[in-house]
Amino acid sequence: MAEYNLDHDKLKKLETYIDNLQEKEGALINILHEAQDIFGYLSKDVQLFIARKCGIPAAKVFGVVTFYSYFTMEPRGKHVVNICMGTACFVKGADKILAEFKRLLDIKEGNMSEDGMFTIDTLRCVGACGLAPVVIVDGKVYGRVKVEDVEGIIKEYKQD
Amino acid sequence: MVKYRMDLLVCGGTGCQASGSSEVVETFKKEIEKEGLENEIQVITTGCFGFCEKGPIVKISPDNVFYVEVTPEKAVRIVKEHIIKGRVVEDYLYKEPETKEVLHEQNEMPFYKKQLRIALRNCGFIDPENIYEYIAVDGYQALGKVLTEMTPEKVIEEIKRSGLRGRGGGGFPTGVKWEMTRKSKSNQKYVICNADEGDPGAFMDRSILEGDPHSVLEAMAICGYCIGADKGYIYIRAEYPLAIQRLRIAINQAYEFGLLGKNILGTGFNFDIDLKYGAGAFICGEETALINSIEGGRGEPTVKPPFPAQKGLWKQPTNINNVETFANICPILLKGADWFSSIGTEKSKGTKVFALAGKVNNVGLVEVPMGLTLREIIYELGGGIKGDKKFKAVQTGGPSGGCIPAQNLDTPIDYDTLTQIGSMMGSGGMIVMDEDDCMVNIAKFYLEFSCEESCGRCTACRVGNTRMLEILNEITEGKGTMEHLDELKELGQIIKDSSLCGLGQTSPNPVLSTMNFFWDEYVAHVKDKNCPAGVCTALLKYFILPDKCVGCTACAKVCPTNAISGEVRKTHIIDQEKCIKCGACMATCRFNAITRR
Repeated sequence: MAEYNLDHDKLKKLETYIDNLQEKEGALINILHEAQDIFGYLSKDVQLFIARKCGIPAAKVFGVVTFYSYFTMEPRGKHVVNICMGTACFVKGADKILAEFKRLLDIKEGNMSEDGMFTIDTLRCVGACGLAPVVIVDGKVYGRVKVEDVEGIIKEYKQD
Repeated sequence: MVKYRMDLLVCGGTGCQASGSSEVVETFKKEIEKEGLENEIQVITTGCFGFCEKGPIVKISPDNVFYVEVTPEKAVRIVKEHIIKGRVVEDYLYKEPETKEVLHEQNEMPFYKKQLRIALRNCGFIDPENIYEYIAVDGYQALGKVLTEMTPEKVIEEIKRSGLRGRGGGGFPTGVKWEMTRKSKSNQKYVICNADEGDPGAFMDRSILEGDPHSVLEAMAICGYCIGADKGYIYIRAEYPLAIQRLRIAINQAYEFGLLGKNILGTGFNFDIDLKYGAGAFICGEETALINSIEGGRGEPTVKPPFPAQKGLWKQPTNINNVETFANICPILLKGADWFSSIGTEKSKGTKVFALAGKVNNVGLVEVPMGLTLREIIYELGGGIKGDKKFKAVQTGGPSGGCIPAQNLDTPIDYDTLTQIGSMMGSGGMIVMDEDDCMVNIAKFYLEFSCEESCGRCTACRVGNTRMLEILNEITEGKGTMEHLDELKELGQIIKDSSLCGLGQTSPNPVLSTMNFFWDEYVAHVKDKNCPAGVCTALLKYFILPDKCVGCTACAKVCPTNAISGEVRKTHIIDQEKCIKCGACMATCRFNAITRR
């Protein structure tokens, strides 16, 4: 496995996952989900490994990775801030929340902050419309977020 | 077996969990143990009650008391007062916002009064992670009845007679779909449950899967029996981790009980169910795109025909239904087609779940008989518009639907009436908008969504929507002309007529319907360079009201471009040339002396 510029243990974990699949046909998307969980993002080498392992052209793997917005080819910050841009959140001012996060962390959409602490992303509806606008940091949901709350949320994660 | 005298039903849906319902459950359990009542009182985490606005919800059974906005502190008092002393804690009950009357029971509340829960029948009632509870409410009885007493033809006939139509948006008769797949000849067929709820603002499928996963599994097995399939897939969004977790538990339990797998209930019928994850592509809600995605490819749609019923997954006949459609199947088979078809309107039978969101007082999930009016849903169940603002429009059908103005509030809602007024049922998202929402901006929001989600396969959708968005951008930036409006209409029609799949064919709807109903607002943007709702920043101007300004200089200090000038204790003025319309002055002013128009 030396040819891949990847962590050996993580690669082993992914390989075991693929080996244990009963149904390899059509499993590509589930494999990519697993790989992104393990590595955090889908680098070129991860994609190449999956392609060779499953006997799928690397071009097809790349095509699938780029098609779906859930997959990312860039490393992510230590904390991932997802701002819901579903309609319910939008009409309740999610765009202003996004702008505030960007302003305070000085980063652009889909990008990391310079210190590698935060990645900001938007997503479409987590189905918690009753709490709009919604922000999700590392899986934790913050509901009814106001622009003034943003600084506090960032502080919670900056400490560690 | 322990017999409990009381159940505490705590909502464990995504909404209530985000409001802290897990902590409430923990507190209840701890307090009950402290009092030594763990063999008398049971704490159950249920699926969604629908009333997300007032979450976390706790319902006490059999007392039938409905507590709202419960916190761990409130939970302690509920245990001390209600559970031990039998005194209902009035402070924590729902209060009718207008009359301030305290309401004890769920069915007294306006939010629930007109609801009829069929698809959501078990949500907020049973523990979704416990198959015994599902079986106790007639779970898997329909499957048993079908496998032992009915032929596939008879089941299909019953579904057809019930008048059930696809709840995912299209409204295609479910029984007819099953019959088509049954008639296709092949050794291998598939059942797919479409749980790729991509429509932003709709969350009924998520709630059903979180609150009553077995009802979907059971219906899928019944469908498999009818069409002759032994394999089913649930295609679910990766954004719904809780639903995925509950489905996994449910599938494992069903296998354990012999309700999935080989030789179900000893009848020789086999049926397996697997989960497949989506990865954030709206287009995958379209049948053919979804099939491509399950096969592990890019989720691009293909031309129909052939329909999935003829050539679907792995080129085999495939029946695809949406989560809510499946959730309706078992009640129909147990209570009969006549019962189901007695509910609803002439052409749309049964109920529909709507996700009520946006600027209404009671945000949440409601299931109502077809044929209720929008006014009833928004003003009675929804409790009216937030903050006494004026109703402007309600958006249904998500990015494929349209905006419905006040003049249509009394239209009874079903598949056909919604299409007639330029919108559509869609999956049931219902976003209410008030006078502060700019309809041009809303149309732009949906179009941005469609542009981003267009798979790029056909030119009409890929290029056409981008062009339309460019024009809308010009309009909201004050560079629009009347010719632009004509172009928008023409382009929208072309995209509708020439796109390959449902996404493209419906993507111009939000623009066209807002142009139809809110033409004046478009004209105001173009001719007067004015945004009547005060949303489009490029068209706004900030002014200081001389009679309110006290000259405190606070606004001048925060202005990043030094556009505000004036002496202390004298009226200040904004230099429109320098103003970048950031709104900092308005946010800072403590005297409401700054206005924008």
